[in-house]
Amino acid sequence: MKKDIILAGVGGQGILSIAAIIGYAALEDGLHLKQAEVHGMSQRGGDVQSHLRISDKEIASDLIAYSSADMIISVEPMESLRYLPFLKHDGWIITNTKPFINIVNYPDEAKVLAEIKKQPHNVAIDAETIASDLGSAKAANMVILGAASPYLDIDFEKLKNAIKAIFGKKGQDVVDLNINALESGRKFAQQSKQ
Amino acid sequence: MQKLLLLGDEAIAQGAIDAGISGIYAYPGTPSTEITEYVHASKEAKQKGIVASWTANEKTSAEAALGMSYAGKRAMVCMKHVGLNVAADPFINSSVTGANGGLIFVVADDPSMHSSQNEQDSRFFGKFAMIPILEPSNQQEAYDMVHYGFDLSEKFKIPVMLRITTRLAHSRSGVVRKPSREQNQNKLPENLRQFVLLPAIARKQYKDLLNNQPAFEKDSHNSGYNKYIDGKDKSMGIIACGLAYNYLMENYPDRVVPYPVLKLSQYPTPTELIRKIYNECDKILVLEDGYPIVEELLKGALSLGKEIKGRLDGSVPRDGELNPTIVAKALGMKVPDVKPIPELVAGRPPSLCKGCPHIDSFVALNEALEKWAKGRVFSDIGCYTLSALPPYESINTCVDMGASITMAKGAADAGMFPAVAVIGDSTFTHSGITGLLDAVNDKSNITVIILDNATTGMTGGQPSAALDKIEAICKGVGVEEDHIRVLKPLKKHHEENLAIMKEELEYNGVSVIIPRRECIQTLNKRMREKFKEKAKN
Repeated sequence: MKKDIILAGVGGQGILSIAAIIGYAALEDGLHLKQAEVHGMSQRGGDVQSHLRISDKEIASDLIAYSSADMIISVEPMESLRYLPFLKHDGWIITNTKPFINIVNYPDEAKVLAEIKKQPHNVAIDAETIASDLGSAKAANMVILGAASPYLDIDFEKLKNAIKAIFGKKGQDVVDLNINALESGRKFAQQSKQ
Repeated sequence: MQKLLLLGDEAIAQGAIDAGISGIYAYPGTPSTEITEYVHASKEAKQKGIVASWTANEKTSAEAALGMSYAGKRAMVCMKHVGLNVAADPFINSSVTGANGGLIFVVADDPSMHSSQNEQDSRFFGKFAMIPILEPSNQQEAYDMVHYGFDLSEKFKIPVMLRITTRLAHSRSGVVRKPSREQNQNKLPENLRQFVLLPAIARKQYKDLLNNQPAFEKDSHNSGYNKYIDGKDKSMGIIACGLAYNYLMENYPDRVVPYPVLKLSQYPTPTELIRKIYNECDKILVLEDGYPIVEELLKGALSLGKEIKGRLDGSVPRDGELNPTIVAKALGMKVPDVKPIPELVAGRPPSLCKGCPHIDSFVALNEALEKWAKGRVFSDIGCYTLSALPPYESINTCVDMGASITMAKGAADAGMFPAVAVIGDSTFTHSGITGLLDAVNDKSNITVIILDNATTGMTGGQPSAALDKIEAICKGVGVEEDHIRVLKPLKKHHEENLAIMKEELEYNGVSVIIPRRECIQTLNKRMREKFKEKAKN
């Protein structure tokens, strides 16, 4: 088993919470993991990415080579496209559709979406709306993770356990919200596959 | 033993706690910050009474660590690569004094300049000081090398450099801990003149350093961190330094490289191992993150020997960090075509946060300077450097910590008016005070704006050494009290702030304006914690 994942977003959007859940679940599964993050200047509203690598064998590089990522998981639509050079030709792109606009030259949203839809394997999900309907837009990242979950090769129960372990301190309500978000995202991805 | 999932930085910190340090000193700087942060937050470190100190700058850090070493205890000092420029004086001289308790300088380089103004390679500095350098290839080695580095330091009574790069600093992986060991007891140096670098003593100490070089090299040969791995195909040999080893192995899924490989993680370079790979192979490919140091060494000025491939002959790009794809190309492998980035994807540079106090300061400053031509604002290193970008485009320089005040002084001396310096609170106490003193002593006609957000913002909100001290420092240095003006950078005070700026710009002499409002990030963090506390009670 080997999964190379690019996590993408804008500094401050919390892509590392997705990485933390996948990482926890992977370690529970006894897998090896390497995860390169971006700290420093870019965290101030710039584009950020994380290379997350999981494998049942020892991992060499902290960085993913070009054209070899199994998927891009993005919490922002334009950012999902920035890392296409890393994606395998048959890789998956799983992205939020809600744009984060902090630049004056943000492209036309419909055109961004059209580019995403051009990818042979894509899931574009309005995670904010789904999360808000469940109780808080803050859970949007877990909706996106849920949408990626059918392609992760990690037992879904283990992802739920990871949420319990990591959000446990914040109370049962927060755990339930995030698990609901995860399940909603997964359901969306499975339905859109059919 | 326990296995932890740690950033490279955190592995070093945990390694230091387990290897029995008594103190860690640092000024925050990406990508080194998380080392000291980790020790700061560690309950274990607290229980053990380990001192974890954010100091005024890297020079004071290095000297405090050297003092702890003098007293017989193990000390670590951490900085980013350009921080070593600031600490260069104690760094170089500590190689002549030597150490007493184990002393490690951790220096984090930033090839590709993710968060820096250059990509200088600290291995040059290590070689300059003639001390052993350790360059881990992964998080586990980073952890292990801290233990080993302290042993090495105490065995040879010499400071040791641990050199990492951004990618290792900020990448997470599993790390197995070693049993932790006790701290040293206080113990003065056996020779009480060891640290007195009077010429007569320094000459002797320096000879000792020179005489120790073969022993350092022998250690590089024997420690196991430099490994010769044989391969069948002798048409090429590969020397892979530090992290580059991983990028090499990534290109061989079964982890078997057909060529002989020298994995290099400890310096001085082990001559015998290098001779072996050179003699056995037709040509050599050198892979190193940073400058082509080993490559130049092998090539020599005249390139009289075998073909040496690397950054100098274009096999590897001359600048920027390595990655698996660059290494694949250098190995002559076929690299698959990449999906292009769609043209509509726009750049998204970092920017000042919504609600940042600096925004109000720069809006006012831009307006106050409207009547003069652009190009009169000298700035410094911090979040506020982002004001160079649209929509503010307020500043014209960013060179090194503290250079705003001194460059403004030089420009004012050249007759430029107005000459404005913009510097953050933490940068001011890092390296701005002495420059301000120069300006006061020469009665230079400059306006210094000290943006006081009560924290070291860019690196994530570490405490600022300047907190509650700025006016007193300015007064103490000799700035006239009437020309130390504090204002609150908020939209509603814009007119008032603008008037103060205009007044002080016109004043012929040194004036200091202190826009003071807490960083929006630390404020939000504080509020969240307060809210959590309330929810608990």
